[in-house]
Amino acid sequence: MSDPTDAPLFELDGVSLVIDGTTILDGIDLEIPARGITVLLGPSGAGKSMLLRLLNRLEVPTAGEVRFRGRPVQEIDPLELRRRVGMVFQRPTPFPGTVRENLLVAEPGATEDEMARVLRAARLDPEFLDRDADELSGGEAQRMCLARTLLTRPEVLLMDEPTSALDPEARRGLERTAQRIARRGRPMVWVTHDLEQAQRLADEVVVLVGGRVATPEQRARYLAGEWSGGNGAAGDAPAGTADAAGSGEGEAGTPGRGGEGGEAGG
Amino acid sequence: MDDASIGWVGLGLSLILVGVAVGLSLWQGLRLEREMLWATGRALVQLLATGYVLVFVIDEDTPIAWAWAWVVVMVGVAALTARRRAPEVPGIALLTLAATSASAAISLFVVFGLGIYPMVGRAVVPIAGMMIGNSIGSIVVASRRILAELAERRPEVEARLALGQPWQQASKPFVRSALRTALTSQIENTKAVGLVFLPGAMTGLILAGADPVEAVLVQAAIMYLILGAVATNVVIIGLGLTRHLFTPDHRLVRLARGDT
Repeated sequence: MSDPTDAPLFELDGVSLVIDGTTILDGIDLEIPARGITVLLGPSGAGKSMLLRLLNRLEVPTAGEVRFRGRPVQEIDPLELRRRVGMVFQRPTPFPGTVRENLLVAEPGATEDEMARVLRAARLDPEFLDRDADELSGGEAQRMCLARTLLTRPEVLLMDEPTSALDPEARRGLERTAQRIARRGRPMVWVTHDLEQAQRLADEVVVLVGGRVATPEQRARYLAGEWSGGNGAAGDAPAGTADAAGSGEGEAGTPGRGGEGGEAGG
Repeated sequence: MDDASIGWVGLGLSLILVGVAVGLSLWQGLRLEREMLWATGRALVQLLATGYVLVFVIDEDTPIAWAWAWVVVMVGVAALTARRRAPEVPGIALLTLAATSASAAISLFVVFGLGIYPMVGRAVVPIAGMMIGNSIGSIVVASRRILAELAERRPEVEARLALGQPWQQASKPFVRSALRTALTSQIENTKAVGLVFLPGAMTGLILAGADPVEAVLVQAAIMYLILGAVATNVVIIGLGLTRHLFTPDHRLVRLARGDT
């Protein structure tokens, strides 16, 4: 029997997503490993966030199949799936009330100790429990949202550009927190269009362009910071890439790690 | 009762006020003259047609079934009216049909089942009409507010869904807020009645020569009925529409506003 952590966390087979006649994702074949931080990288409009939303079934694919730990997600109760696959959104979404009340939304029976534990894991002082969630700074609010998600004891965290609304200092702080959480055995799928952030965070990188997994050429250009802009849809993609996109090169590749690729920042 | 009869001449004279409205529209360049004249003519034709049918329906010799058939037609018209006023709300006609049918059944059972009014055509038609008519506004407000709340607060709703909350729970704070808004105006109307305005039924009774205190009792009972009917409608619309806006696997459908 092989190590269960070697089995992919998520598998996507020929996944397409069409919304109101617009193709958002087109024939995605992808495996996301069950360890570390996998970064979904790509220009705005490449379909990264939508791909993430397929993983906890906030969206359902028009075609293809998404599997979580080998099981098609549509066979898992969506409420159970979402507690096992936690998600932090692009903008902090504090609910009305105190931090404690926010945490209790996630887990109504949570004890003070459990709430303090998740706040510490998100690098927030437990004294924040009685603070009004609406009065937190952007960084604090996003940490509270992370703590709220952690309270459901998810097996994996989906992070949808969680630092895009934060100042640089808060951004780096949240990144370090995420790395710590991932090192402690909770894998993460992190969406960003920020190449430097991907290089700081990623154990694996998947580059998406125009709703498809990037071809090796597109990937090399993107990681080298040579992408000319645009999401790769329609005229953006280099000629001849259309057939290559769904051809199985979607296994997450090894990126430049932890600041090694600084010269590539574009 | 003759004192209350204004006749065709009286009706014709009352058109002077429509003339005033049209004149003001012309003076101020509002360009509402055609609309006003159309509304005036249409209202008269509709009311006259209703009046002539009512003569038959409320006649003591006419079977009560005709009065109930009239109520069924009113429920259907309410559904179509709600759809015309809020076409952006998915499924509003069917929801209105369900809501007004349920609220009419409950309210009319209280009114006639408990003998507050005798079950005769003369009572069934106007009471059902007032309840259903007053319900349309609240249904439209409630459904629009629910749609707007869920569209504008989509990130918060989805954050709750992502925590594993079922749609009923994830939508609750927003639906509750929308229902409060829809019900508040009816509550305010109920509070202001008699102080700020004299409602239609009471005014009609007094004009028709009824004792004002008797008229007040009738009006108060009707206000309470309307409040109950509106609350019933709003809650049914709240539950039904919200159910409509989420998929069975607890996803919020795409809405016109607030989508990203």
